[in-house]
Amino acid sequence: MLILERRPTPSRFWAWGTPILAVILTMIAGGLMFAILGKDPFEAIRTIFWDPLFNAQFAAYSRPQLLVKAAPLILIAIGLSLGFRAGIWNIGAEGQYIMGAICGAAVGLAFYPMEAWFIFPLMVVAGALGGLIWAMIPAILKTQFRTNEILVSLLLVYVAENILASMSLGLLRNPEGGGFPGSRNLGQYPSAANHELIAGTGMHWGVVAAFITVIASYILLQRHILGFQIKLAGQAPRAARFAGVSPNRLVILCMAMSGGLAGLAGMFEVAGPAGQISIDFNVGYGFTAIIVAFLGRLNPVGILLAGLLMALTYIGGELAQFMLGLPSAAIQAFQGMLLFFLLAVDLLSNYRIRVPLLIKEAR
Amino acid sequence: MDFYGINPAVLIASLMVASVPIMLAAIGELVVEKAGVLNLGVEGMMIMGAICGFITAVHSGSPMLGFLGGAAGGAVLSVLFILLTQVFLANQVATGLALTLFGLGLSSLLGQGYNGIKPPATKPLPFGPLTDIPFFGRILFSHDAMVYISIAVIAAVWAMLKYTRAGLILRAVGESHDAAHALGYKVVRIRVLAILFGGAMAGLGGAYVSLVRVPQWTDGITAGAGWIALAIVVFASWKPWRVLIGAYLFGGITVLQLNLQASNSFPIKIPVEYLAMSPYLITILVLVIMSSGRGRASLNAPAALGQNFHASR
Amino acid sequence: MTGDVLLSIEGISKSYPGVKANDDVSFRIGAGEVHALLGENGAGKSTLVKMIYGLVKPDEGRMTLRGATYAPGEPREARSLGVAMVFQHFSLFDALNVAENVALGMDNPPPMRELAGRIREVSEGYGLPLDPSRLVGDLSAGERQRVEIVRCLLQDPKLLIMDEPTSVLTPQEVNILFGTLRQLAAEGTSILYISHKLEEIKALCDEATILRRGKVVGTCTPREKSAREMAEMMVGATLNAPERAAAEPGPVALTVSGLSVASPSAFGTSLRAIGFEVRQGEVLGIGGVAGNGQDELMLALSGEIRTAPDTVKLHGRGIGHLGPNERRKDGVCTAPEERLGHAAAPDMSLAENAFLSGSVRKHLTKNGFIDWTGTRAFAEDVVKTFDVRTPGIGTAARALSGGNLQKFVLGREIMQEPEVIVVNQPTWGVDAAAAAFIRQALLDRASAGAAVVVISQDIDEIMEIADRFAALNEGRLSEPVPTQGLTIDQIGLMLGGAHGMHEAEVHHAHS
Repeated sequence: MLILERRPTPSRFWAWGTPILAVILTMIAGGLMFAILGKDPFEAIRTIFWDPLFNAQFAAYSRPQLLVKAAPLILIAIGLSLGFRAGIWNIGAEGQYIMGAICGAAVGLAFYPMEAWFIFPLMVVAGALGGLIWAMIPAILKTQFRTNEILVSLLLVYVAENILASMSLGLLRNPEGGGFPGSRNLGQYPSAANHELIAGTGMHWGVVAAFITVIASYILLQRHILGFQIKLAGQAPRAARFAGVSPNRLVILCMAMSGGLAGLAGMFEVAGPAGQISIDFNVGYGFTAIIVAFLGRLNPVGILLAGLLMALTYIGGELAQFMLGLPSAAIQAFQGMLLFFLLAVDLLSNYRIRVPLLIKEAR
Repeated sequence: MDFYGINPAVLIASLMVASVPIMLAAIGELVVEKAGVLNLGVEGMMIMGAICGFITAVHSGSPMLGFLGGAAGGAVLSVLFILLTQVFLANQVATGLALTLFGLGLSSLLGQGYNGIKPPATKPLPFGPLTDIPFFGRILFSHDAMVYISIAVIAAVWAMLKYTRAGLILRAVGESHDAAHALGYKVVRIRVLAILFGGAMAGLGGAYVSLVRVPQWTDGITAGAGWIALAIVVFASWKPWRVLIGAYLFGGITVLQLNLQASNSFPIKIPVEYLAMSPYLITILVLVIMSSGRGRASLNAPAALGQNFHASR
Repeated sequence: MTGDVLLSIEGISKSYPGVKANDDVSFRIGAGEVHALLGENGAGKSTLVKMIYGLVKPDEGRMTLRGATYAPGEPREARSLGVAMVFQHFSLFDALNVAENVALGMDNPPPMRELAGRIREVSEGYGLPLDPSRLVGDLSAGERQRVEIVRCLLQDPKLLIMDEPTSVLTPQEVNILFGTLRQLAAEGTSILYISHKLEEIKALCDEATILRRGKVVGTCTPREKSAREMAEMMVGATLNAPERAAAEPGPVALTVSGLSVASPSAFGTSLRAIGFEVRQGEVLGIGGVAGNGQDELMLALSGEIRTAPDTVKLHGRGIGHLGPNERRKDGVCTAPEERLGHAAAPDMSLAENAFLSGSVRKHLTKNGFIDWTGTRAFAEDVVKTFDVRTPGIGTAARALSGGNLQKFVLGREIMQEPEVIVVNQPTWGVDAAAAAFIRQALLDRASAGAAVVVISQDIDEIMEIADRFAALNEGRLSEPVPTQGLTIDQIGLMLGGAHGMHEAEVHHAHS
C-alpha cells in the first residue's frame, strides 16, 4: 500500500521532470500498442521520433514540416493555456480555428483577383476576429447566464463544422472548380498567400506569429499584472475577487485571447499549407492543442517544446503509416495516451509517494 | 394524418429510438455527477462502447452480446478515468478531455477493417397483436428491448436515489466528501462504482448507435452525442425523469431535422448543413435557459462536483 | 459520579510527517463522567479524538472499552460499540434534510417516516427541538449542532465525544446544551468534552486531561482549580493581556448606513439595513454566532460585493460602489476569515501573496508591469515586522502554520497603514501567543489613528480589545454599545438569545 503525502511546496524538479517521464512512459506503452498491432516497436518509435529529423532520405522533406505543423498547435495551445490557468475551459478551439480560417479566406477571396499589399494583413485581422467572435459566444453566455463554457464551446465545434461544409459547398466554392467542393486555392493568389518566408525551412507568417506569442505570453505571465490575475483566479478564485479581479472580465479576456489565436492559426493554415477552404480542411489541431497545452505544463516555453514534439508525432506518424503501414488512428491513440500519462505523473509535483513499510523499518 | 409527408406516429416512434443513446449516457453521467465527479469523457466512452459493441455483435452474431460488449468497453475506458482522478488525483476536467481524445483514437484503431460491415439486426420485441393498435401500437409496442431498458434504467436510478440508502449515501458523497468521510463512508469506493456505472451506460448508449441507429461502423460515429448527454444532465438539473424529457426533446429535434432533410414537400427549403447543426444550437439554447434561471435549479448541482478527495489527517 | 472505568487510553502515540501529534497519551474516562480534554489549537486533541472514533489508527499504545481491547478500524465499528461523536465542522450535508442527515450517521436507520417521529421525540425530550423535514442548509449554527447531537443520541451511545461544541453557540444556547449534557451524564452516558474554553470546563466537567504539544501535561478536577492555573498548564507560559494607550477617539472615519445585501451563496444570510459608525482610533467589535451574515458583511466592506455609493462612506464620501482595489487606494484594508483560499492563495509564494492585496497602496506596479523587487522587499518587511516563521518569502502560503499565516495576512494589511481596517475572526485557530500578538497589533493600529472593525465569534476577544460592541443576528446589526460594564447575559441577549426556541423551552431546559 502506498501513501500519498501532500508536499508543502510544489516540487520544482518534477515540474520539469513530469513531462519527460510522461513521454518516456508513452513511448513504452505506445511501443506495446505497436507490438500488438504486429509492428516492431523499436522500429516504429524510431520512425516516429528519429527518422523525420535525421534520416537522410526523409529529413529534407520532414524537417520543414516540423515548423509548419507546430505553428498552429503552439498558437492555439498558448491561448488555451491562459484560459486553463484561470480555470476557464475553452475546449472549442477547433471551432474557433475553423471560423478564423473561413473569415480570413473570405476576406482574401472577396478581393480576388486584385493584387494589393493590404490584402494579407486584412486577412490576418479577419482571421483573428473570426475566432475571437466565435469564442465570444460561450464567453458572453457564461458571463450573462452562467452557462457552462465547456459544453457551449465544444458544441459550437459541430456548428462550425457544418458552416465549413456549407461554405465550401456554397458561398466560397471555386466558381471555376467544375462543381467540386472547396474554394479557390489561396496559394495561387499572391496577395493572399501565406508564403514560406525562407525556402526549405517551413517558416511562414504563422510560425513567426507563434514565436511572438510565446514570448509575449511569457512576459504576460511573469511580469504583467494580468498574468498574475490569471494565475490567481485559477488557483484561488475567492482570493482573486479579494484582490479586485473581476471574474467576468477575465472570462471575456481569456476567451478572446484563445479564440483570437485559434482564429489566427486557422487563417495562416488556410492561406498557406492547406491552401483552400474545403470540407475536411480542419484536422483536429484544436483538440491536439489541448494535449500540447498540458504537456507544456501551461507554460509558454514548455508549450513551444511540446508543440514541436507533438508536430513530430504527426510527421513521424505519417511516415510510419507510409513505411510500416501503421494506421493513422494509432497515432491519435498515442497522443491521447501521452495526455493520460502526463496527468497521472503530474501527481509527483504536488504529492510525495511513501511506502509505509519502508518507513517503519528505517526507524 | 401526414404533415408534409411526416407521419406523427412514425415521428414519435423514431424519436424514442433516436433518444436511447443519449438517454443512457446521460443517466449514467447523472449518477456520476451525483457522486460529485465530473466525467467529461462521455463522448470517448460512448465511442468505445460503439466499437466494442459492434465487434462483439459481428463476431458473436448476437446483438444482445454486442450491447454487453459495448457496456464493457465503456466501463473499461472509465477505469482509466478512475485511476487518474481517484488514485492519481488528476484534474477531472483535463482527464475527461483526455478520455475523449484517447477514446476517439483507440476506437478508430480498433475499427480498422470493420467499415462497411452490417451488424446482426436487433429485432423488435414480439408484442403480437398489440403492435397493430392504431397509432399507440406503433409508438408503444414496436421497439427493440433497449428502448424499454433505457426507460427502466431511468426509473431504477430515480428510485435508487430517492428511496434507498445507497442513493442517500451517493448523494451525500456528492454533496460533501469531507462530511461523508468523517462519518466513515468510503468516498473513493462509492465514486469508483458510480464512475463504472457511468462508463457502462455510456458504452451501452454507444453500442446502440453502431448496432441500431446507424447501423454500421464509421470513425467518429457518435458525432458529439456524449457532449449532448452532458448538456442534458444540466438541462435535467440532476433529476432522472427530466433526463428522459431532455433526451426525447433532443431525439425529437434530430428526427425532425432528418425528416425535413428528406422531405420534398416542406414549403421552405433549408440547406442540409443548417438542419444538421440545429440539434447543437438548440442544445446550447436549452443550456442557456436552464443556467440563467436563478434559484433551486442551479442548487441541485452536487456541491462537491468536480473536486478531488484526498483524506488527509 | 465516577464509578467503573468506561474507556481507558494507554500510551497512545501518533506521528505525521514532521510532527508528533500524540506522544504517549494516557487517561481514563469513568461511566457517567464528563471528562474534559483541554488544550490549545494544535495540541493534538483532534488527532486523539479521531483515533477514539476510528478515523485514524494509532502508531503505538492501546485502548480498552469496558475492559475489552478497543481498536476500531472505522467509525462504523466505533458506533456499534457505543462511541458517538459530534463534530466541530464538516459532518452535515446542506442540501439534504434533517432526517436524511440523521440517517446518514446511523448504521441501521429505521424507515424515514419512523425516523422522523423518533427525531421529534428525542430532540424534544432533551430540549433541542428539530423539524426533521427542514433542509440543513437553512438551519442556524446552533440548530445544525442539534442535528448532530440528536443523530448521536438516537443510537444510545455509551460515550459521546463533543469537539469544541460551544464555538457556534450564543451564551443562552450554551446553557441549554449544558443542561442536555448533564441530563445525559445523569443517565449514565460518559462525555468526552474537547475545548480550550476554561470557564465552560469549570462549569461542566468532572475531570480534565490537559494536552500540550501532543503530551499529557496534567490532569485535574476543574472545579478545584482556577481558570488561570489551568491556562498556564495549557499554554506553558504566562500570558500578557494586550495593552493600549488611552486616547480620545477622533472624527468618524467609516459610516455604514442602510446596508442591505442579498447573500451570494445558496445557504448564506442576507444583510438587512445594517448601520454603524467607527471613529479614528476606535475599535468596534462585531459579535455573532457563525452564519449570521459575517461573511456577507465582510464582502460588502471589502468591496467584493458592491452596493449603492452612500451605504458605505469613508470620511463622509460614498465608496459603496467601489471595488476592493479602489477602496484600498482610499485607505480601507480588510482581512477575511478564511486565510487559505480567500485572504491568501495557497499555492502562491508569500511574495506573490504580498502583491495580492498590497499592489495598490505599496505602488507595486508600473504601467501594469509588476515591480518584483519592490514586492519582495514588502514581503520581507511583513515577515520581519510580524515575526512570521518561514524559511523565506519564496515559500508557498499553504506551507505556513495557521498562526504564522494569520500573522502574515494581518501584517500585510496593517503595514499598508490603512485608515480603516476590517478583520474577520482575527485569531480563529491560532495559538495563544500568536493571538496575543495579533490583538496587540490591531490595538497599535488603532492607537496610530485607524478605525478598526473586528468581526469575531469569540466574545472574550471582543471584550478584550473593542471599545464598543454590536451584535450581528440573522443579518441585522444591533445598536453598538460601550463594552465597559457589559455582562455576558446582556451580550447573549444581543446575540439573539437561543436561536429558534421559544421562551418556554429555554425555561424548561434550565429547570
